[in-house]
Amino acid sequence: MLTKRVIACMDVRDGQVVKGVQFQQLRHAGDPAALARRYNVEGIDEVVILDITATLEKRQAMARTIDAVAREIFLPLTVGGGIRSEDDAAAAVDAGADKVSLNTAALHDPGLITRLARRYGSQAVIVAIDAKRREAGFAVYVRSGTADAARDAVEWARQAEACGAGEILLTSMDRDGTRAGFDCEMTAAVADAVNIPVIASGGAGELDHFADVFTAGRADAALAASIFHYADTSVTDLKRFLRTKGIPVRL
Amino acid sequence: MIALVDYGAGNLTSVRKALTALGAEFHTPLAPEECGVATGLIVPGVGNFAATERLVGPWRDSIRAAVDRGTPLLGICVGMQWLFEGSDEAPDVPGLGVLPGRVQRLKGDAALRLKIPHVGWNALEPPSPQASASRPSRLLAGLEPGAHVYFTHSYAAPVTSDCVGATTHAQPFAAAVERDRVFGVQFHPEKSSDAGLRILKNFLEVCG
Repeated sequence: MLTKRVIACMDVRDGQVVKGVQFQQLRHAGDPAALARRYNVEGIDEVVILDITATLEKRQAMARTIDAVAREIFLPLTVGGGIRSEDDAAAAVDAGADKVSLNTAALHDPGLITRLARRYGSQAVIVAIDAKRREAGFAVYVRSGTADAARDAVEWARQAEACGAGEILLTSMDRDGTRAGFDCEMTAAVADAVNIPVIASGGAGELDHFADVFTAGRADAALAASIFHYADTSVTDLKRFLRTKGIPVRL
Repeated sequence: MIALVDYGAGNLTSVRKALTALGAEFHTPLAPEECGVATGLIVPGVGNFAATERLVGPWRDSIRAAVDRGTPLLGICVGMQWLFEGSDEAPDVPGLGVLPGRVQRLKGDAALRLKIPHVGWNALEPPSPQASASRPSRLLAGLEPGAHVYFTHSYAAPVTSDCVGATTHAQPFAAAVERDRVFGVQFHPEKSSDAGLRILKNFLEVCG
């Protein structure tokens, strides 16, 4: 049976893992390769590296960080942040990324999703959606969560799938870094609207939150950062817990 | 020296890094004749079966000749699919045809929320109770039953007598195949952590 995936995300700035609350107040959390090594031992299913300042500072993905992580672990590795062109994606792939995550650039130019899917296959193209609740529906934000894209998350996820995206990485900006739990309602709304896997992100704080997003949220994968970084929760303990809840995981 | 065949089907970086970590000596042949002197051949691949069209002609002939002489061959993902006669994904492109059967699109199951593509970690099981007893696999030696490996694909080969490891996603399909010194895996051993590295190591040992 296909297992539910647990994904560790490393927000990287200047070669170091950092973590903020609701996209602000960054603090340092360590060396990417060392963290990735620990996650691999604990049984993480995938690793995502997000260059969190790349979009604002128009930097390309950090080839050296990607290379260092990809030498340490033999797991699916996704790179996002500042991938605005086929050349940016190629630089990430050449350094060792298996998938690239597009955000702002995909909204401005949905054709980029299609071009990358043709070049590398849909499985290599993730569309990341940062969204906030509003009175009706979920509003998409871009440029590291600083600009309202005037789009609805469900509608944008459907379009991204039609353009050739292989997965949706859905982050709740309301929950990001709060440890208040995933936004299961938003995750389920997107998961029900598309036929590609949906990765839920934002708000993981307790073991129960993962069980909730895999059941009520209908997520295919759940992504977290800070609770894994500071070793509050080991991936192994989380997966053992999920198994007791009847959720299939790789142990 | 292992020949890692690059026909432009996606990214070889991951396979290179895994082989490097295992201490393998390998190179990417620039001309088909170089396949003839390799101690083993690896045909990787992600994406679309149509990409294997670039192997039609001298590359296919050279790889086929090496296989006929007993050179070990490992196909990964689309590279495994290519070992068969062909694929519904690109019906006009012939496979290597060393294994009988045709690659077909997975069906999934909307009611059970089994989506296509099949992305993620799934279990490797014996294709049948009899098969595991009668056909020990060199490729899967040392793996625990039900070991999880990482898949990402929409098409798959049927479970035939060459299948040594099957996986179920709405329907059973061939996850690992083995006939003489021809091996194939639908999943990505280079992305399957310790289980995947063990499989690559097993193949390297067959190559000697």
